[in-house]
Amino acid sequence: MKAWLKFTGPFFGGIIFAIGLGVGGMTEAENILGFLDIFGQWKPALIFVMVGAILVYAVTYRLILRRKTPLFEKEFLIPKNKNIDRRLLLGAGLFGIGWGMTGLCPGPGLVSLSSGSEIAFVYVAAMIAGVLFGQSKWANRV
Amino acid sequence: MNSAILYALLGGGLIGLASAGMLLANGRILGVSGILGGALRAKPGDTRWRVLFLAGLILGGLLIEPLGFTVMSLEVPRTWIHFVIGGFLVGLGTTIGNGCTSGHGVCGVSRLSPRSLVATATFMIMGIAAVGLIDHLFKAVFK
Repeated sequence: MKAWLKFTGPFFGGIIFAIGLGVGGMTEAENILGFLDIFGQWKPALIFVMVGAILVYAVTYRLILRRKTPLFEKEFLIPKNKNIDRRLLLGAGLFGIGWGMTGLCPGPGLVSLSSGSEIAFVYVAAMIAGVLFGQSKWANRV
Repeated sequence: MNSAILYALLGGGLIGLASAGMLLANGRILGVSGILGGALRAKPGDTRWRVLFLAGLILGGLLIEPLGFTVMSLEVPRTWIHFVIGGFLVGLGTTIGNGCTSGHGVCGVSRLSPRSLVATATFMIMGIAAVGLIDHLFKAVFK
């Protein structure tokens, strides 16, 4: 039962996450570009999606971490690194540029595959190429 | 309150719940780029839950329209070249910077992680700059 739940949990988590994006209007690239377009017709939806998500997670995160272990794994794997280094700034900066070019971050990009749109497949293929390049030894030198 | 704002808060709440579920069940931060990156690394024993999450994400997309919401509209003033270069930068940047809107923007900000707060401010500023250049400056210069 435990082993089964360990793998079905992430599956249903993915489904709920995708529905959340859809309900919040985040599967419409127009709403994301609109949020970033502070010099034009600004669309605030994204900030309310983030506020909703942060309100829920900020509370549940603290409650869940009162437990010694998660339900189906031996330990919590929470990032402990606190260094603000060049890779963090460079990576976040490149991601921001790509986000503003497309109106898609990884979540909505992957969800958009379900629409069967060609441009979604182009985006995800390019994103996977970017991830693989980022994991390669060339990008390690940055 | 305006219904678009209400739906945005509700959708965000669902994203927060999915993230809380991932922490409670598997003890991990729900970061889409990190889950994808780990799936592509294919480390033994660490792949199946990632692939299942990604499958849920894509299948969940199929439920959006039956529930009465717009499934996906990529109708934006961009060409496929933007999606090729932009997609590559999103993949590369989230790998080097260890996170995207979910891992840094939602989970990290909730945890008040200094790295995530800085990363979120950085990608928002650069996203605003990119949109400003593409939709306003370039258009004004090249029209």
